[in-house]
Amino acid sequence: MLACLTNLLSNMQQSALIPHLFRTEYRKVIAVLCKRFGFDQIEIAEDIASDTFMSAAQTWPLQGIPESPVAWLYTVAKNKARNYLQRKTTFANKVIPETSNRNDTATLPDYEIDLSPQNINDSQLQMMFAICHPTIPPEAQIGLSLRILCGFGIEEIADAFLTNKETINKRLFRAKEKLREEKISIELPPAEALEGRLASVLTTIYLLFSEGYYSISNNKVFRKELCIEAMRLCYMLVENKYTNKPAVNALLSLMCFHASRFEARIGKNGEYVLYDEQDTTLWDTDLISKGAYYLNLSASGEQLSKYHLEAAIAYWNTQKDDTREKWENILQLYNRLLQIEYSPMAALNRTFALSKANGKQEAIIEAEKLQLTNNHFYFTLLGELYTGIDTHKARHHYEQALALAKTATDKQTIQRKIDGIGKPMC
Amino acid sequence: MKEYLLVYRTDFNNMPKPTAEEMQALSKRWMDWIGSIAAQNKLGNRGNRLEVSGKVIKSDGTITNGPYAEIKESIGGYSIVKAESYDAAIELAKGCPVLTVGGNVEVREISQVQ
Repeated sequence: MLACLTNLLSNMQQSALIPHLFRTEYRKVIAVLCKRFGFDQIEIAEDIASDTFMSAAQTWPLQGIPESPVAWLYTVAKNKARNYLQRKTTFANKVIPETSNRNDTATLPDYEIDLSPQNINDSQLQMMFAICHPTIPPEAQIGLSLRILCGFGIEEIADAFLTNKETINKRLFRAKEKLREEKISIELPPAEALEGRLASVLTTIYLLFSEGYYSISNNKVFRKELCIEAMRLCYMLVENKYTNKPAVNALLSLMCFHASRFEARIGKNGEYVLYDEQDTTLWDTDLISKGAYYLNLSASGEQLSKYHLEAAIAYWNTQKDDTREKWENILQLYNRLLQIEYSPMAALNRTFALSKANGKQEAIIEAEKLQLTNNHFYFTLLGELYTGIDTHKARHHYEQALALAKTATDKQTIQRKIDGIGKPMC
Repeated sequence: MKEYLLVYRTDFNNMPKPTAEEMQALSKRWMDWIGSIAAQNKLGNRGNRLEVSGKVIKSDGTITNGPYAEIKESIGGYSIVKAESYDAAIELAKGCPVLTVGGNVEVREISQVQ
């Protein structure tokens, strides 16, 4: 799994050392410091973590890059944290008079910060559950996850949401206020609450992934990093015995299958390449095998989550051959998925599968029942279903789709479909 | 949107024994039909299938075994759908595969009174 992620990373632009370390180490330092200080002092934790990287940016160009840059960063972070804790204790001791019967030698203050791999991992997992607490609004969860769990810069986050730094800073500020108000502690939930809490963590991870996978942002590198980050967080849950549940494996499997088509589905000019038109040699076969591996691991326990169904659909989509078996399976998986959770996209995809499994005539009747008349995908589907059956209606539906489509790439795709109707059937 | 209970009834005793292929085809029709209602975002609760046999407790305390002498048909299952009106609920129920094997669907509006 990690090899896959590393491969994906190595395909991306090589970034400079400090920004790269910021991305991989900031989140570790911040998780450990927050765990130690609590959300009450999250700003101080952020300041210490940021100052550490600032020191590196100032020192390294002059003194050269240290032999072990990560160890250097940890030492500096530890020193800064120790200084802060000492100052705080001194202040508290001066302001708050000591009670006469307090035994000082028994409670020697511990100023050390534990940046061992084990504590980093534990703190990050606990942080994941804290940020994804059900009382925190989804938007805030996403923002905090990007910043604290993934270590993205404010500018990158602003870019992903097509907004400015100020808006993101405000959003994060409110999210942190919420963490304090709700007095959320940084720890793993008790066993009886694990299932529900894990569900909100998985929702957020999937949102992060979708943000990268379906984003309207043109920054392909960042979008891919987002997908990788979501997969990394899910992988942490799989690696931990306590959180390694079937649904977690199903979600990881689903993301592996989707990510396998990342390169194939975005064209040279950033336009979406439709599934049927994708160059399958660009599909990442390593990720497809990983997807199958985690799908197998997910097949245990009693519960069939929506991730299981979506992963199974994604599996069938890695089978390029247009067999009856494939579409019948996809249809039944969508039938079940829609019973767990309705979404317009699932309804449209189900109807497409229906046309492949049961024929276009039945699918047209079913499609017209959906009445998703403000959705351009709805009219694209109808256009597709009527193509070869009623050219006039096909064109009419595609034109409605064209009128509703918002992005230039969507419009181009639909226009290509319209141009294709006139061609004689072969 | 109101909620309607669909109760599927059929006379299990007088049903010809289906072949494995027929069973599979029928099962697919049920899944496609429920899937169609769910795709319209009109499924309240997929409900349950019921076992054929059952018990009836009478007001005098006697307990009898099903299937029942008085009624030939027994309830095979139920679901809850969301619809604007009885007409709309009936429109949904019309596609129910139980109708193709001589059964019937009872449509009942779920009372808003708590």
